[in-house]
Amino acid sequence: MSDLLWLIPVLPFAGSLILIVAGTRLPKPLVPVIGAGSVGLSALITLLIGIDFISQETSPVINQVLWQWIDVAGFSPAFAFHLDSLSLAFIFVITFVGFLIHVYSAEFMSDDEGYARFFAFLNLFVGSMLILVLADNLLLLYFGWEGVGLCSYLLIGFWYQEEKNGYAARKAFIITRVGDTAMAIGLFMIFKTFGNVNIMEIQNQAPNVWAMGSQEATLIALLLLGGAVGKSAQLPLQSWLPDAMAGPSPVSALIHAATMVTAGVYLIARTHVIFELAPTAQFVVGVIGAVTLLIAGFSALTQYDLKRVLAYSTISQIGYMFLALGVGAWSSAIFHFMIHAFFKALLFLAAGAVIMALHHEHDMFKMGGLRKKLPVIYWTFLIGAASLAALPLITAGFYSKDQILWLAWAGEKGNIWFFLAALVGAFITAIYTFRMVFLTFFGAEKTHVSHVPGSLINIPLIILAALSTIAGFIEVPHSFGHLQLFTDFLNPLLPATTMQPGIESTEWMIQLLAAVLSIGGALLAYYFYVMRPTLHTQIKSAVPQVHNFFQLGWRFDSLYDWVFVKPFVYLSNINKNDFVDWPYNSLVNVTGFISRMFAFTQSGILRWYLIGIVLGAILILTLGLLI
Amino acid sequence: MTAIPAEYGLVLASVLFMLGLISLLIRRNIVFMLISVEIMLNAAGLAFIVAGSRWGQADGQVMFLFILTMAAAEVSVGLALILQIYHQLKTLNSDEASKMKG
Amino acid sequence: MILPGFIVLLMMGGILAWIASQKSLVLTRWISLLTVALNFLGALVVWLRQPETSSSWLLDYSIPWIPQFGISFHLALDGLSLLMLLLTFFLGSISVLISWKEIQNRVGLYHFCLLWVLAGITGVFLAMDLFLFFFFWEVMLIPMFFLIIIWGHENSRYAAFKFFIFTQASGLLMLVAILGLYFVNGNQTGIYTFDYFQLLSANLPSDIAMWLMLGFLAAFAVKLPVVPFHTWLPDAHSQAPTAGSLILAGLLLKTGAYGLLRFVVPLFRDQAIAIAPWAMAIGVFGIIYGAILAFSQTDLKRLVAYTSVSHMGFIMLGVFSFNELATQGVVMQMITHGISTGALFILAGFIYERIHTRDITRMGGFWKSMPFLGTCGLVFAMASLGLPGLGNFVAEFLTLVGAWQATHTLTIIATLGLVAATIYSLRILQKVFYGTQAPSTVLVDLSFRERLVMIVLVVSILWLGLFPQPMLNTSQPAVKAIIEASDHSRASAYKPPTQPKLVIKRKGGSYE
Repeated sequence: MSDLLWLIPVLPFAGSLILIVAGTRLPKPLVPVIGAGSVGLSALITLLIGIDFISQETSPVINQVLWQWIDVAGFSPAFAFHLDSLSLAFIFVITFVGFLIHVYSAEFMSDDEGYARFFAFLNLFVGSMLILVLADNLLLLYFGWEGVGLCSYLLIGFWYQEEKNGYAARKAFIITRVGDTAMAIGLFMIFKTFGNVNIMEIQNQAPNVWAMGSQEATLIALLLLGGAVGKSAQLPLQSWLPDAMAGPSPVSALIHAATMVTAGVYLIARTHVIFELAPTAQFVVGVIGAVTLLIAGFSALTQYDLKRVLAYSTISQIGYMFLALGVGAWSSAIFHFMIHAFFKALLFLAAGAVIMALHHEHDMFKMGGLRKKLPVIYWTFLIGAASLAALPLITAGFYSKDQILWLAWAGEKGNIWFFLAALVGAFITAIYTFRMVFLTFFGAEKTHVSHVPGSLINIPLIILAALSTIAGFIEVPHSFGHLQLFTDFLNPLLPATTMQPGIESTEWMIQLLAAVLSIGGALLAYYFYVMRPTLHTQIKSAVPQVHNFFQLGWRFDSLYDWVFVKPFVYLSNINKNDFVDWPYNSLVNVTGFISRMFAFTQSGILRWYLIGIVLGAILILTLGLLI
Repeated sequence: MTAIPAEYGLVLASVLFMLGLISLLIRRNIVFMLISVEIMLNAAGLAFIVAGSRWGQADGQVMFLFILTMAAAEVSVGLALILQIYHQLKTLNSDEASKMKG
Repeated sequence: MILPGFIVLLMMGGILAWIASQKSLVLTRWISLLTVALNFLGALVVWLRQPETSSSWLLDYSIPWIPQFGISFHLALDGLSLLMLLLTFFLGSISVLISWKEIQNRVGLYHFCLLWVLAGITGVFLAMDLFLFFFFWEVMLIPMFFLIIIWGHENSRYAAFKFFIFTQASGLLMLVAILGLYFVNGNQTGIYTFDYFQLLSANLPSDIAMWLMLGFLAAFAVKLPVVPFHTWLPDAHSQAPTAGSLILAGLLLKTGAYGLLRFVVPLFRDQAIAIAPWAMAIGVFGIIYGAILAFSQTDLKRLVAYTSVSHMGFIMLGVFSFNELATQGVVMQMITHGISTGALFILAGFIYERIHTRDITRMGGFWKSMPFLGTCGLVFAMASLGLPGLGNFVAEFLTLVGAWQATHTLTIIATLGLVAATIYSLRILQKVFYGTQAPSTVLVDLSFRERLVMIVLVVSILWLGLFPQPMLNTSQPAVKAIIEASDHSRASAYKPPTQPKLVIKRKGGSYE
């Protein structure tokens, strides 16, 4: 069974190739069959391999070499796949959530003229993402890493005729590319140190090569973090993600919520050995996570656009994952990634359905009262929102987020500030999540529902809603039940978090606090947006600057505009005609001038020449007489 | 017969030459310019004759014969050119015939 | 005999095509296409049946030419030359194909010039006699001048003269350096020869060697081009006909890179090492400078020309890193840049044929009416920003990994060039293919011939990105030899082909 590993990424690529080559000529019903079918087959193979994988006693590792990619002077990355529990968790999410989103898109995009193109790009994305997580060396990982970046660009700018979509797409690509550059430099350093880019070899050798806290390890870890920060939209490279919502909703669900943006989490978890050897870098990861989750949370509170709320919420939730990585809670980060993939994909898909139903209306303040009109979407959205807000006990989000909160507090590398940030973040999350629910589905109907989604949209929503609830039960905390299926599954690969001694007893207190805050946040949102709907506008008009500051994402865009974009464009424009050409042109001009000077003497008037002759003769005679 | 001093002859030749040169410079009509050139040639010839008689040698007269021949050839070529110029440009003004301006 | 055969065939083909143009233009085009294609097949056969030799040289051909001055007609082929020949004939065939409709006046002369440029380039890649090398260097220049000036765009006189004067002036410096090398070596050893392999072991006083090296460097730096000498390139590229731009970008620039690898590094080892930090710094400056300039251009071909300046910076960086990784990266860069940038010029040519402008502010939304062209544009824009999976990534990554062994700061700056490359590449896509199309324009997507060209190019750039190893294997012995020549045991490592005769081993018989 494991021999079929290579088919998992290859099938989506094949689907993509067929759709690119023959897309417009295929009969329309065949397009989603190829698009979703290829990913579905991948998911099936993943399932088979996964069952095979779990049923074995010792957790196996599957290696598969397809061909030698490059082999120059010891630099020899291959097209080779490496499957262990970490990559299995990722390919499971990618193929299954990916498949559901493909099914959803079959209906969602059916009226679009770029139907085949959409599925081609989406398949290309799934294939690249699978390469990213299956790669056995960092260069192949980089291959997938850039591949998903390309697909993200293509899909954000899917409706390419709108100028602003193209802008958003370029912004996303360029900002992530800045991070990738850091990562590339990290790869150069890794190759120089290890003479190898194979991930497992690096894992094994790193503790022998570097001492704890080694400067080189720290530098490499920070460079890799640079890549992760760009891809995962963390501070300071987070500003592309809200604009990336210009893409179709399934794209936002798949790429900008469930999978691609968590690639940074994968990278750090994958290279956790390096980060463990570089405590400073790991601390920076935690700080970035903590700060990002707060910044994005505040921004999410003030958005009008339904999808932008979700975008900021994604940044914030990935902040949680980074925080978990920063405190060494490796498996908690991956667990939260998985749960987040379920509920955030669900929320985006449901939001897409709402937006489609309301004729492309994005503004939440123009929505309302959809509870009755779109019951399936309402209930699934509510389940997703509950999971995002981490309402206690029944939602999966509670279990995953609670683990992070707990380890930020109790983990050896945790501290009170991380914990407080996570706690405040949880509170804000609950507020903005239910603000979104109340504005969209409660109150009076403000825009007429023009389109009720069909079963291809509803079924994926229901499946994801179910997953957003039950998936949490595989990982139940100490205080009730203590089940650790997921952590055990990852355990040989990702070490367990070391705890501060004698802190276990406080776990229930932390849980209680988190539960109270999330319910409190939800109630606060209810107070603001259902009971006293005028209150928030009053607050807004009282402190407009603060509101705008948050609404514009802490004005990072203006900052980067001033610091990077404007100088670059200015520099480029003043030198449009290439000043290096100036000396050459001057040389030409001087030569031409001298030539014209001499040409002037050749007037064509005979008598001028005569005078010249006479004067010349006189001159020579005079000289002859004088000497 | 008293010999005319060679200086007189040379002064006359110089005056003739200068007259020719000046008229060459100030005349615009090409025919007159050709005539001026003839005057200058004859001035040179006169200088040869004077010099020949001063030294009592035939070389000066030989040179004059050469100049005479050359002047005849030059006039025929020059007049032909002038005719052509007149045909082409409908003018004999040398300033207007400045097609060779660079 | 196959080595002179390549050159003679092209020259004969050129003359034949010219003669045939009296009768039929179609015949002219077919003659040129077949000639170049035949050469391509020949090179392919040599590549597939790689002769087994002890040194890095695969084939060798030498006859005396002007023995009084020690000049011989000496051609030799190693892995590096072989790859360059494959590229030359590959792009050569494509340049004939893309001229099929574009060129309608003086078709015979055009194909004559085209084939003679190719012949000159082939000679440059093969010549192992410095005099012969210089001869071919000039042969490729003059027909190129006519290609630009006769079939170029509105400002072609200016561009052609600029190109000619830059190349000729720097070529003069190289000629002086060649003669200097000839006489210095002759004075010392008593053997006056232009032969490359004998000059390799010349023992030059270091101050003279520095000047001689600068003479060579001047010619190659202008051709490459290196930044302060690059200004001929945007003009020549934007004014040349499509095939001219393709050959300029794809092949002529590569002769500069080839010269650096073949002559500057092995002949003047110590001097090259001495100037390496400067050379690398200039290369890196070129990467950034070209990228920034590319961003502000509005003429599509000019924009692509500046991206060439940027990409050629990687070659300077790689060559002067003196290690196998970087040098292999340079070789890959030569091939992949030839294909990807050539393809961008072809795309610009296709667009020009349709809307008669190169101004990108007057383009937009072409994806809708020309999805095929759009997809190809996407592929090559991605290639030029170095997306993994396409050939340019392999090249740039190898160069950078290798350069990292030599210098950290410069490599970091060069890597930032990848961000700048992203910015300008996406700008091309945005301006040309994204956005809305002006309602009045009616555009037809590519014809069969154009599609064929594009498919071949796309497949080859993908192939180079996914399976670069066959190429790398071919160039490896040559690259190793060059690197070792620049190390210490120069005489033993980079030895001339063993005489007599290298024979390609094959079952039936053998050919020289």
